[in-house]
Amino acid sequence: MTDTATSGPRSVGAPSRTSASRTLLARVRDVRLQGWLFVLPALVAYGLFVLWPIVKTFKYSLYSWDGVAPAQWVGLDNYKTVFTDHDLVGALEHAFKLIIYFSGIPVVLGLIVASIMRRVATPRLGSAARTVLFLPQVVPLVAAGIAWSWVLSTTGVVNQALSALGLGGVTRAWLGDFGTALPAVGLIGAWVLLGLCTVLLLAGMSKIDPQLYEAAQLDGAGPVREFFSITLPSLRHEIGVCVTVTVIAALSAFDIVYISTRGGPGDASMVPGLLIYQLAFFNREVGLASALAVVLMLLVLACVLPIQWLTRRGDES
Amino acid sequence: MFERVESLTARRSASLPRRGRTLLGLAVVAIIAGVVAVTCAAATSRQAAPSFATACGSKPVTLEGYFETGFPDIIDLTKEFTRQHPTAKWHIRQDQFAVITQNAPLTLSGPNPPDLMRLPQVSGLIHDGLLKNLNGYYKQYGWNRFPASQLASLRAAPAGKPRGGGPLWAMGVNYSLTGVFYNKGLAAKIGMKSPPKTLAELDALLAKAKAAGITPIVQFNGGATGGLLFPLQQLMTVYGPPNPINEWIFNKPGANIDTASNLKAADHLQGWIKAGYFNTDANATDYATMMSKFMHGDGLLIFDGDWESGNFDKNMAGKVGFFLMPGLTAKAKHAAMSAPLSYGIAAKAPHADCAAFFLNWVATNPKARQINVAVGGSNPGGPPNLPIPTTRPNSVTAQTLAAGKVVASQNGAMDFIANATGAIYAQSWTPAVQKLFGGQTTPDDVLKTVQSDYEKQVKSGA
Repeated sequence: MTDTATSGPRSVGAPSRTSASRTLLARVRDVRLQGWLFVLPALVAYGLFVLWPIVKTFKYSLYSWDGVAPAQWVGLDNYKTVFTDHDLVGALEHAFKLIIYFSGIPVVLGLIVASIMRRVATPRLGSAARTVLFLPQVVPLVAAGIAWSWVLSTTGVVNQALSALGLGGVTRAWLGDFGTALPAVGLIGAWVLLGLCTVLLLAGMSKIDPQLYEAAQLDGAGPVREFFSITLPSLRHEIGVCVTVTVIAALSAFDIVYISTRGGPGDASMVPGLLIYQLAFFNREVGLASALAVVLMLLVLACVLPIQWLTRRGDES
Repeated sequence: MFERVESLTARRSASLPRRGRTLLGLAVVAIIAGVVAVTCAAATSRQAAPSFATACGSKPVTLEGYFETGFPDIIDLTKEFTRQHPTAKWHIRQDQFAVITQNAPLTLSGPNPPDLMRLPQVSGLIHDGLLKNLNGYYKQYGWNRFPASQLASLRAAPAGKPRGGGPLWAMGVNYSLTGVFYNKGLAAKIGMKSPPKTLAELDALLAKAKAAGITPIVQFNGGATGGLLFPLQQLMTVYGPPNPINEWIFNKPGANIDTASNLKAADHLQGWIKAGYFNTDANATDYATMMSKFMHGDGLLIFDGDWESGNFDKNMAGKVGFFLMPGLTAKAKHAAMSAPLSYGIAAKAPHADCAAFFLNWVATNPKARQINVAVGGSNPGGPPNLPIPTTRPNSVTAQTLAAGKVVASQNGAMDFIANATGAIYAQSWTPAVQKLFGGQTTPDDVLKTVQSDYEKQVKSGA
């Protein structure tokens, strides 16, 4: 095709070049079309099950609707309620507090555990440790919630251990106490997410060039210096993924809270996800529930997008 | 019409001789009597309850049921119904009450609504036109023979509120009663020879148990289940009459839960909490855990309902007693939460007539009534002239049935304050009593907060 376009006579070459470019264009179009055809099923599913529900949720948020009777237009009133109702604002605060447990603990602890495993574990021990740490990800969250509610009950393992250590005065119903219910829920989340973070970070560490560590050791760097100068900067992407996933898990927490405390006692562990469910299905305030859901989605994006931006900014520099 | 008959008779009698007038008079009387007899007969036939064939048809029919898990009585009743009427089969789906509550509007408005369904709070469903008005069946089956109080909570205005009057929207399969169950063994240990007759005696009993190292009250109050409402509502009836509470539950205009007598009740409850009479982990205890603890002898009392009577008779025979909440004086009238286990028929149910026949059958058939008492441990309700099936003397079931008679005779039945609106239990009462238990709020705040939420929910129809 190129030969014809370049070596032919001028009089013939012009139309020949045109037809060649048309053919090229057609091919490009074909390739694009094929690409779109490949993407189409996923795109249709995404549109139907993600984008369309988001559009509908936003629409519902502008109405007062009980889910059955005709809806009434209320404009932005539901959004005003979200930002002024004490209970709703309290639930949003709890979600942000959960970030400490769902993101902070798993990422920090995951980094420490992964570093130790990389340095000291034999391949067989490392494999076993990875399996054990990843196991909570395999256990359904409902089962995890039930098991932890037993562990944290007044007669559970935690209180038995505390009593055995002579700390009987500290024992309590951890999930039924106003001061400890939210942290206890947070710790269940940390337990679930620790394995995921550890495995992700270990995978990231395996990609770091060992010569970097050798060079650092030759320069006299100790394990701590190695960690901060080599390991941590090299794991920027993995840490970004861990933080993104865990922040989303914290802000949209539902199953663990539903199973272990149902938002109680009082509203001590109430989170937006559970409140949306209660508003929609018990209070039958579908409009208000939708408004809270939209606000929650925007909050998640507001938290996650800067994390992604920070991670990518490092790449560009 | 009667005026016209009389005027014609008077005109004719004036122009006839005496004997003739007498004969004519007799003939007219006979005709009138005949007309009245025929009319009465026709009326009687209209009021006769439909037969199974009339209601369910002669062809095989499969009724769709959507029931609550953990209630074997309704399952046994459907089985017995099929045994007696083999052409009627059941296809039953069961869910937890919370799931039924959240699913109810969609299930009833969907393309395949159930014929018979365990109902949560009904106001919203009535408002949305999702339930069948049972007034027609009420007349057909003569449910006017039922005590009016049995059906009051199942009546509501077509707008869904207020409740307590207006058309009938649901029926009780049986009628539960709440009160206090006690562990006889632990009671003997602290010298309790008979149930307390006054609130002061109950207080003294609780103090004795506490001093003896026995947990005086085991109560659930964890998760989304505010179990402290049981003692709270019982205390409300100690300090005040049940009618204003019922009016509040039925959304009567101007009804208020924040009253002086209810504040005394909430104060008394707080006194029990502060005295350490409840299990320390009440805010983390669900219903199943409470039952497990009580049945393992971990507490003297529980505030609960007669749906557990059969369970206690089977698994703790002779070890459990029951008493109604005592009043301020020994002669005070008793009141208790006594709500129907309500079932309704979907507005678009394909076999509504057959489902209504089943509801009538449950209340009137001797075998069905026996199942209700033996399996459910509850009063089968129905016309008061029908006998209550016999139970083993001194069994818990016998005690709760006897207590039910006392409450009925003293007009002390009331609905549950958790049923005032669809959202009041999960959204208002439960957090409020959990905070009260945790020392996070005051009795006054509990009542004020709940009243404020109630007014919003009644207004929004939640």
